[in-house]
Amino acid sequence: MTGIGVTTTVLLAAACSPSPAPGSGGTGPASAATSITELDYYADAQGTAAWQKILDTCAQQTGVKIARQSIPTAQMLPKILQGAGSKTLPDLLFTDNPTLQQIAGTGALTPLTDYGISTDGYYPGIIKAGTYQDKVYGLAPGVNGLALIYNKDLLSAAGIEPPKTWDDLKAAAAKLSANGKYGLAFSAIPSEEGTWQFLPFFWSNGGDLSHVDSPPAVQALQYVSDLVSGGAASKSVLNWSQNDVADQFVAGNAAMMINGSWNLARLDAEKSLHYGVVPIPAPQAGGKPTVALGGEVGAIPATGDGTQKAAGKVLSCILSDPTMLEWSKAHAYVPSKAAVAAEFGKQDPEMQPFIDEVGTAKSRTADLGEKYPKVSEALATAIQSAITGQKSPAQALQTAQQAGGS
Amino acid sequence: MTLTATRPAGRPPAPARPRRSAPSRLTGLAFLLPALLYVLVFFGYPLISNLVMSTQNYTVRSFYTGQAPFVGLDNYAAVFRNPVFGTAVLNTVLFTVGSIVFQFAIGLGLAMFFNGRFLGSATLRSLLLLPWLLPLVVSGAVWRWMLDQDHGIINAALRAVHLASGPAPWLTSTGWALPAVILTNIWIGVPFNLVILHGGLRAIPENLYEAAALDGANAWQRFRHVTWPLLRPVTGIVLMLGLVYTIKVFDVIMVVTGGGPANATQTLTTMSYGLSFHDFAFGQGAAVGNILIVLATVFGLVYLRSARASLAETAS
Repeated sequence: MTGIGVTTTVLLAAACSPSPAPGSGGTGPASAATSITELDYYADAQGTAAWQKILDTCAQQTGVKIARQSIPTAQMLPKILQGAGSKTLPDLLFTDNPTLQQIAGTGALTPLTDYGISTDGYYPGIIKAGTYQDKVYGLAPGVNGLALIYNKDLLSAAGIEPPKTWDDLKAAAAKLSANGKYGLAFSAIPSEEGTWQFLPFFWSNGGDLSHVDSPPAVQALQYVSDLVSGGAASKSVLNWSQNDVADQFVAGNAAMMINGSWNLARLDAEKSLHYGVVPIPAPQAGGKPTVALGGEVGAIPATGDGTQKAAGKVLSCILSDPTMLEWSKAHAYVPSKAAVAAEFGKQDPEMQPFIDEVGTAKSRTADLGEKYPKVSEALATAIQSAITGQKSPAQALQTAQQAGGS
Repeated sequence: MTLTATRPAGRPPAPARPRRSAPSRLTGLAFLLPALLYVLVFFGYPLISNLVMSTQNYTVRSFYTGQAPFVGLDNYAAVFRNPVFGTAVLNTVLFTVGSIVFQFAIGLGLAMFFNGRFLGSATLRSLLLLPWLLPLVVSGAVWRWMLDQDHGIINAALRAVHLASGPAPWLTSTGWALPAVILTNIWIGVPFNLVILHGGLRAIPENLYEAAALDGANAWQRFRHVTWPLLRPVTGIVLMLGLVYTIKVFDVIMVVTGGGPANATQTLTTMSYGLSFHDFAFGQGAAVGNILIVLATVFGLVYLRSARASLAETAS
């Protein structure tokens, strides 16, 4: 059946195109297809418009028509799994980087070296995030990370400098908390978002995902839960997604927040809000924070020589320096090549703290690969157990180690 | 089959019978076939594949390769060993029973209230349908905001009437989160109970109440001896459907608490989702789904038995 289908398609393609299609039937190299399908989850208004512009640019440059499909983030993996099951994967897909390992593990993806896409100039963390079993399957035009965003008016009124260390942060947040307002807001919901917000504290203090109950990890969780129990952050962090955190910050209910660069456009839209951005405070003075790498990687599923080739051309275009810069500007991402990022930092100083962090940022799947999602979920539960006071940080992390390791 | 069995005895005999019943049985089967096919394809097939999946080590890889090794009952063993499982079962029962009892009681109270004819009754009644018309995700998101510890309207209201001294930790304490989610679900489910029970009340003939009043029955006696028994068939339907709806509630919990804090509001549905789509242990997720089906069937059978018993009671 499939054989007949393929032959018919090839014949039809040959009949339609003026010149005979070379290499039909898979004996030689097929020529690139003229149209491909693409899947992404840039579903918010700003993101979808910015991404469409990038795709239009690349469609024009490569001459490949792109049929785009955009779905909500939560549906991404189920959609890909369905596609894998029914052999109807898109020709080009952009997915959250920690899920790349899972998808590559199925054997559904093709290595990017097949299309002459090189990894030169990329930040090492980004290459690591896209690598599965020593082959690069995904690369990102831009990445994002977390930083500390503060309300300039509230901090200067209280005579507080933007914090640089954990002690600074604790003192500042405590001082800024009063009358139902809190010094700091972050997200600790029971999902990947909660883990992702905790990882900068966990990693900066020397935590290790393969032993989540080590003393530095316990210390990090103790620090975060103390912020809540000490009243420097609301207990509602247990229910706040990162969007909710941004809402609280915009409403003036939080003087500082931990959030990502993708929220900056929204903060800029608030004319009365004056904000500043600094890297997430490090445990000790002079230390550098280690944040988790966020953002999407582009990957090419095995859908047939012709479409793969066309997808490779489009992906090369998306990853080229000018497009990378354009995308980063439009969606407040950090370009994944150091040189492009440096250029971007000159043009947009508010992005500089995010750019600084990407150099030392770590990919979430670097140590665990496919095992990451399970550990991530166990860690999210541990964070919630500690903040609600169900368990001590040490007990909570011991449980997480057992749950994630088994 | 039933037809032949119930055919009155002593009717003129038989030679015609086989000839007549054979085509009619075939016709009957022909009518039955589409429905049977539908049930097999859309209920039978998924149910069986879920059963099969629960005995396989089904991973992300299996979707692509189509191969998932058979592991027997390992998935069930893993689920039973999972420390969240006990909480999830208990929460499922508490959530279902809590929701149904209050949805029904409040729904019945409102239905009786609106059964009295007064100005604006119909308008008010349709306004009360609002919670039912809203998408669950919207209701859930709104309740999440209302229940917010610091800025939520519920705590503000409680403070205003001096019912609470400090803010109640609705969604941030492991003890309060489940009641908060149940409260949300009750609000969502009341209109359904209201509408069906109101319909049932309308069907009770007015003259029975007049007769009861003549006999000197007070309001409670009229309810106990006229309304309640005559409402029983409708009550049965409402409770049965309520059970089926409530036991599988997923969106409300997912939106309001996401199963947290610290697993305090995990039910079998959220656990099944978490195992499948966070841990990618699809076999274990399927196993939890099957356990949920068994639990629902047990609830359903208990209900059917009691309904049959009470029906027999009324008949005799």
